[in-house]
Formats: sequence, structure tokens, C-alpha cells
Amino acid sequence: MTKRIDFQVDPSAYRHWRVEYDGPVANLFMDVDEDGGLFDGYQLKLNSYDLGVDIELADIVQRMRFEHPEVKVVVMRSAKDRVFCAGANIRMLGGAKHAHKVNFCKFTNETRNTFEAAEVDSGQKYIAAIKGACAGGGYELALACNHIMLTDDSSSSVALPEVPLLAVLPGTGGLTRVTDKRKVRRDLADVFCSTEEGVRGKRAQEWKLVDEVIPNSKFDETVDARARDFAASSTKPDVDKGIVLTALDRTFHEDGSVTYSTVEVQADRKGRTASITIHGPEGDPPADIAAFTAEGDQAWMLRAARELDDAILHLRLNEPELGLMVFKTQGDPETLLAHEALLMANRDHWLAGEVLQYWKRVLKRIDVTSRSMVALVEHGSCFAGILAEILWAVDRSYMMEDEFEGDNRPMATVTLSDANFGPMPMANGLTRLQTRFLGDDAALAGAEASKGEALEAEAADEAGLVTMILDDIDWEDEIRIFLEERASFSPDAMTGMEANLRFAGPETMETRIFGRLTAWQNWIFTRPNAVGEAGALQRYGTGQRGEFNMERV
Amino acid sequence: MLDLINVSYDTQIPNNVGLSSDKKVLKALERWHPGYINWWNDLIPQNFQESMVYLRTAVSVDPKGWAKFDYVKMPEYRWGVLLAPQVEDRRIPCGEHAGELAWQEVPGEYRNLMKRLIVIQGDTEPGSVEQQRYLGLTAPSLYDMRNLFQVNVEEGRHLWAMVYLLFKYFGKDGREEADDLLRRSSGSEEAPRMLGAFNEETPDWLSFFMFTYFTDRDGKMQLESLAQSGFDPLSRTCRFMLTEEAHHMFVGETGVGRTIQATCEAMVKAGISDPYDTDKVRSLGVIDLPTIQKKLNLHYTLSLDLFGQEVSTNAANAFNAGIKGRYMETRIQDDHRLTGDTYKVLDIVDGVLVERDVPALTAINMRLRDDYIRDASGGVGRWNKIIEKAGIEFELKLPHQAFNRKIGVFAGKDFDPEGNLVTGDEYDRGLPHWLPTHGDGDFIQSLMKPCYEPGKYASWIAPPKVGIDNKPGDFEYVKLHMA
Repeated sequence: MTKRIDFQVDPSAYRHWRVEYDGPVANLFMDVDEDGGLFDGYQLKLNSYDLGVDIELADIVQRMRFEHPEVKVVVMRSAKDRVFCAGANIRMLGGAKHAHKVNFCKFTNETRNTFEAAEVDSGQKYIAAIKGACAGGGYELALACNHIMLTDDSSSSVALPEVPLLAVLPGTGGLTRVTDKRKVRRDLADVFCSTEEGVRGKRAQEWKLVDEVIPNSKFDETVDARARDFAASSTKPDVDKGIVLTALDRTFHEDGSVTYSTVEVQADRKGRTASITIHGPEGDPPADIAAFTAEGDQAWMLRAARELDDAILHLRLNEPELGLMVFKTQGDPETLLAHEALLMANRDHWLAGEVLQYWKRVLKRIDVTSRSMVALVEHGSCFAGILAEILWAVDRSYMMEDEFEGDNRPMATVTLSDANFGPMPMANGLTRLQTRFLGDDAALAGAEASKGEALEAEAADEAGLVTMILDDIDWEDEIRIFLEERASFSPDAMTGMEANLRFAGPETMETRIFGRLTAWQNWIFTRPNAVGEAGALQRYGTGQRGEFNMERV
Repeated sequence: MLDLINVSYDTQIPNNVGLSSDKKVLKALERWHPGYINWWNDLIPQNFQESMVYLRTAVSVDPKGWAKFDYVKMPEYRWGVLLAPQVEDRRIPCGEHAGELAWQEVPGEYRNLMKRLIVIQGDTEPGSVEQQRYLGLTAPSLYDMRNLFQVNVEEGRHLWAMVYLLFKYFGKDGREEADDLLRRSSGSEEAPRMLGAFNEETPDWLSFFMFTYFTDRDGKMQLESLAQSGFDPLSRTCRFMLTEEAHHMFVGETGVGRTIQATCEAMVKAGISDPYDTDKVRSLGVIDLPTIQKKLNLHYTLSLDLFGQEVSTNAANAFNAGIKGRYMETRIQDDHRLTGDTYKVLDIVDGVLVERDVPALTAINMRLRDDYIRDASGGVGRWNKIIEKAGIEFELKLPHQAFNRKIGVFAGKDFDPEGNLVTGDEYDRGLPHWLPTHGDGDFIQSLMKPCYEPGKYASWIAPPKVGIDNKPGDFEYVKLHMA
């Protein structure tokens, strides 16, 4: 698996999905091309999916919000007979390296979350219309929808067969959403999750696995009617026209570096480090929200979010050995805040809302990236407002103090804005500052009081906004030593330590998916009972059962 | 009509499983039985329900005299629960448990897999009765009508057999599955039967004969492999069902054969030697041989689809678990585990048909299909003898297995009956010559007029050589109720 996985896809090149737009309702058909796998060695039968299928899906969900704001209800269906979706492709999983499996699951989890976010954030409701077998990752797709309809043809069923069939977990939110979202009683969930064939008909509804069970002859019309009902009662404001998300301007270099219009990724393979520099906006913001809308996807606030998002995904899947990410910014903080302020002042405008919500998702993507991450607040940087969030998403931050010899860039500052106090929550439901200052209300209040002030090193340090401030004498050595040390630690221990320290505070369904469920799944993914030569995942399809070490750990 | 409240299960339901003393199964059966009778009563036109039909009823498993013949109204047919005698010290014949004592109870780890196989088998049994429900109205003779009803009631009994296993060994789940077997219905929009071929119509008698020859033969192959099951009650049940299944295939083979016979005789009599002079042949009130070939093509290919994917995980699991063996498993000379073996399956690589070695365990379906193809070719040879004897130059052929497939590697690919991959245009142009057209269907329908007089036969079909139960030619196999 050495070819570069591209997270950008043009709708005209979709191989696995089809969308039919019908006013406020969009019908999303899953029709996976068996021979369209991302890698060789498996066929995507029965609407099973791999990362390539999910990249297209993520693109559809994203475009639905930006390009089709008129859509209020998205109906997920299968274009195939007798099967809704068979879940993640088992042979693909069996053949994939551990790191690919983990990152595949992470990306699919993030995409499932966008289904739910689409309704909470923008009023776009996803509903699943299930005909045929809906198993494993297939049911997890349905679970991510906010309304599930199942036909009662006495053979269509929903199932999470991972445990009995493959000796792994329904790890794309399955176990968590069954109890936390659908509120299925835990003993019934236990029965459901250990029954390979799943549950069909009335019982699926009684157990709350689906919302509606509908006679087969009335299924299609009921689904259409329900979609229209939801659309009619939607509180989502009417928007005539969306904007177009055009192809990103980016160049991949031989050495692993990538250049975007606002983001520069510099790869240092020997140092196992990727530096990600975000260049702030140069000119004044658009005069008003109409002008912003006219700029479409070229507006800095949207362009930078898309480019940063793509850069993170690219590094995750394609550069597994760049274990350390160094975030930097360059630009004028005031100009950046002016661009941000236009959106914050027009949060009720659909596009302003979408761009802010998108930043929220990009920042969450950084939160759950399993690389050691550090931010360097250098002179000339613009860690202000939304970009300041990066300081508290990463594991540590270092800030330049006082003037540096031969450096005539403006003094390093950190500036907080309203964006830091609500609109960019983490998966735990708290802001990054609330999480950072857990139990320290005074520090939080102090930070809030400094809003709008460009805090230089000493003040930022005082306010607890950065880890360490260093002057000209110490900077170079300290940073070099930190980077070298960090890059030398065991990647496993780092991932575990960081994932624990980053998410202080309350649990939510999201943190339980990325924390508890994912951690157990990733453990199982390394155990011989699943992935050993005689493990269930490797044996799947051969007819021979997995051989288990029966010792409980 | 059975007295549903006071069914004496030991006297009215022939059985060798101690039904009257098995409280658990009795209770389940009492609950299910009325629904079954309703299903049956709603199924076949009322005047046939009231008619006296000369049927055989399985009453024991004694190979010398397991059935008896008599007139009976179908709703009063005694659907029995009969298992072939237990074989002393029977061993699991295949898979990872090969050589261990056969299971008398369901092993927990294989419960779901086993239940699923039984449900799929069970679903086909009532399915075919539903497909054939109106054929009585156009029966070409009382003899054929009786054969149709014999096949129907025995398919009904096979449903009983599967339902018994569900009740006896699969608890609450089994009872729910048994209810669903009555809920699904062939061709229903609400809840169709599980397998495609059982949702197709059986619009005429030639279809019925082709169905019993080709599709029931798939049933036979499935039963043969389930008869090899390490789960002894399933094996015993299927072994006994196979005794009855032989008659169904007989009905199919002789039905097609008699149709061919009538055609050939009429052609010879009229002095027609060109089998493709279809207008002339059809004007004689018989079905021309090219149309018979087209019907054969259709039913054969639909039946091949019933074997599933060439390479199948489910089939591999079932074999390795010892739940389902191969055709004649115990006569095959190998280790019966197949963990290191390969088997050749057909595949398409760059548009070319190739044989490819795959792990033998995963090719269980393909192997059974190969056995089926051999088994099905026998009757075709005998049909050709009839044509040859009449001196007509025409040979019926099984089409290539890549032709007209909906399941497996050939699905959706444009192969002709010879197995050549052709262009879409060639395929479209060939289709009217390969599969029955609507026009062919209309013509066959025009011949489907009932012939209810004892000893008389419709023009398009010849009388049988011998009667059922050695009855004379004018025997009244069905005493029609003409209310």
C-alpha cells in the first residue's frame, strides 16, 4: 500500500455513490463498484466499502452542506438488490497494515459524525431507508443517520456480526451508538451484538434498533413521504443556491512536502517531522457577507480550512513515519481577526455558519490525530481567534519572547476572540480553553477578559495560554532538543499518552467512540485472536474458524 | 377436514419421532398447524381442494413399503414427520470435526449457521407450491393433474419436515422462523421467497415440467449435501425427503419427454422434417422443438443461480463446520477436510473464460454445481433419444453455464448459449432465439386448455407409458368436485 491516497475527489469521478437532488430532499444511493477498490487483492462485493468509498461519501456530505444548502433531508439508500450495505470489506481489513486499519476506522468515524453534525449544525437530516441485509459497518452507517426505516419483508435485517463472525468490534461507532444514541437496553444490545444474523421486522423496532418498520409494499412511498414530512417541518432556512467547492490548489513535492495556497507542509523524513505553516489572509476581508459569498470557496476563511483539512488527512494516511507535527502560522493577527469577525457577526447567515462549523470539524480532526503535536508561536505569527485554538489542540506550545537578533518580523503574540469561547467545542462538549483550565474558573475568566488584546510572551505565559516562552538565547537549542527527544519516544506510548491527556473532562458519545471504542478495537486489531495467522479476521472466507487463545486478559 | 382442536398427532400425523409424547414440539405444532392449513386452503382453487385425488402418503420409513395410495382431499392429506432410520455410530463425514460422533443436538457454536440453512431449504418448499397454484386449471390430463398435486403435497410435507427441525432444535427463534415461512410468499411484493428462482412464475405446464426437472434437481442436490450433515436429525430428515424427491424429477423428465414425443409424432404424421419450420409445427397443436430448447435454457440457467457464488465463504463455513457435505461425501476418496486442497472454478479474466484453482473449501458451491450439471445432463440424453427415434434432426443441449446468469462471476455478462462472450448488439439479436419470447409464451398459453376426461390427453403431450401405481390408462386419478 504505497500509492498516495487522495482525499480530494471530483463528483464527476464518483465510482460508488449517486445523488439525486429533488428540491429539499436528496436521495443518496450507495452502489459500490466491486472492482473499484483502492488497493488490489479484494473485491467490494455486496456494497462493502474501503477507504476509497468513504472518501467519496465524506465528499458528498461536505458538498451537501456547501453546494446544496437547499437540501433539508438526505435519504440514504442502496442501489443494489437485497443488500443495503455489508460493511467494511473484510479482505481489505485482513490484508491491511495495522496503521491503515486504525486510520481507516478513524476517518470513517469522522465521516459518520458528519452525518449527525449536519443536522445539529445545519439542519440537514440524514435518514436511512434499509432494504436488504444491513450488517456491520452498513448498520453503523444507518446508526449515524438520525432516523432509520426498515422494510418488513421477513428477510431484511440489521446486524452487528463483528464479534461472532470476525472476533473484532463494530468499531465505527456501532457499540456506542446502539446504547448511547439509540438507547437500546444493554442486555438486548448484548444479544444483538453477539447474534450474527441480527434482528429483523418488528423486533428491530421494539428493541429501538430502528425507528420504523414498514410493510414492504408501502416502503418506498412511506420513505418518500417521511422525507417530505421532515423537509416540511425542518427549521432550516431556505437557501437558493450554494457555492461550488473547486479543486484545491496544491503541489506535492518529491521530499514529501506539500504546497497549498495558504498552507505549507514541510517534510523532514530524517527528523520524522512535518511542519505545517498556515499563512494568514493578506488583504482586507470582504466588505460584507454578500461579498464573502461571492468569493465562494476562494474566501480565505474557507480556503484555509479546506487546505488544512486535506493536509492533516494526507499526513495521517500517507506519511505514517512523520510522527511529529509542528504547527506554525505567519501573518497579521488583526487582519485574520477581521476576516473571522465578518463570519462571527453573520453567524446566522448560512455560509458564514457553514464555514465556522467546518473550522470546528477541522480542529476536531487535529484533536484526534495520533501524532505528537507542537505549536511554535514565532515572530510574525498569527495565532489569533480560530487559529489560536491550535495552541490548545496540540500537546505543547512554545512561544518566542522578546526580540530575536536579525528577525524583524512583528513580535509574537496570541490574541483571543469570541471564537475561543463557544463556537469551536471539542468532542467532549467543552471549549479547548475550558478543557485546558478544567477546575480553574479564574484562569478561564482571565483569558476571556483578555479578548482582543494581542498578548506578548510574558502575558500569554502568565495567562497559561502557552507551555513555555523562550528568548533568543534558548529558543533554538530548546526547540531542537524537544523535537529530537519527542521523535525518539515509542510511537505507541506517545499515542496512548497524548490521547489520554488531550481529552480531560466529561465523556460524550463522541469521546466514547474515539476513546473507549477505538482503543479497545485497536487493541483487538493487534491480538492474534483477530489478526494472527489463525485469527478470525485472517481466516475469514477460508471456511476455517479462527483459533482462539481462550485465556482472558 | 382435520379437526384442528382434536388432532391426534400420533394417528393423524404419520411420524416416527414420538410426536404424541414430545410436549415441546406438540405445543409448537398445535400453534403452527392452523396457519399452515389456512395457507393451504387459500392457495389452490377451491374446487380442487374438494376433489378426491389419488395420492401416495408417506406412512413409514420402511424401504419396502413406505407409502400407500388412496383417494384423499388435499387439505386432509396426512403430512407426516418422518426421519430415515438412525444409523448406529454415525460419524461426522467432513470438515474440522470429521470422524467425531454425529451430533444429536445442535452445537451452540453452529446454531445460527444451521438454522439459516434449514430456513433457506424450508423456504423453497412452499415456494414452489405457490408458483404452481393455478396449474390445475389447465391440466392436460387427470394423470398430470394428479402428479402436480402429488408434488405439491409432498413439498408441503417437506415444509413440515423443516418446521419440525426448527421446533425441535431451535427454540423460540425456530418458532419465529417457522411463522415467517408461512408469511413469505412467492412473487410477493410484501415478503417474497428468499431465492430468486422461487419468485418466478410457473405460467404453463411445460414450465412446470422444466421446473421439476431442473429446479427440483437443485433441491435434490441441496438435500443430498444436507443428508451428509454432521447434525444427525437433519441428515435423517433429508435422507427421507430424497425418497419423495425422486418422483418429482420423474414427473419433470417424463413430462418434458412426453411433450417432445407428442411433437415428434405429430411432425412425422404430417410429414414435417424441418424442426425449425415452427409455424407449421405449431399449427399441429404441439410445441416446436426450438421453443422447448428455449424453455430448457431458461429453467436450467435459473437453477444454476440457486447454487450461489462460485467462491463462497458461507459454503466453506458450512462444510468446515460439518453441517453440509458434498454430493456423495462418504464415497469421495480424500481427507474430507480439504484444508490444503484446491478446486477449479471458472472465472473471467480480461474477457476470457479461464479455469482458476481456488482453495477447495471455498469452492463447495462450484463443486455441487458441477455435480448437478452432470446429473442434469442424463435426462437430456434420453429426450434426444426420442427425437432421434422419430428420425428428426435436432438435438437438445444444456447451454453453457455462463449464459443468462444473475448470480456469480458470469452475472450480467453477455455470453451466448455456447459460452462465447458476445457484443451487446449480438446478444440482443440472439436473445429471441435463446430464451422464450412473449410470443412463445402466448403460443404455449394457447395450448393450455384443460383436459379432464379420464384417459384423454391434450394435443401437445403424449400419454405416459405406464400409470401411477400401475393403474390402467383410463383410471380416474382425480375425481373432480364440480360445484
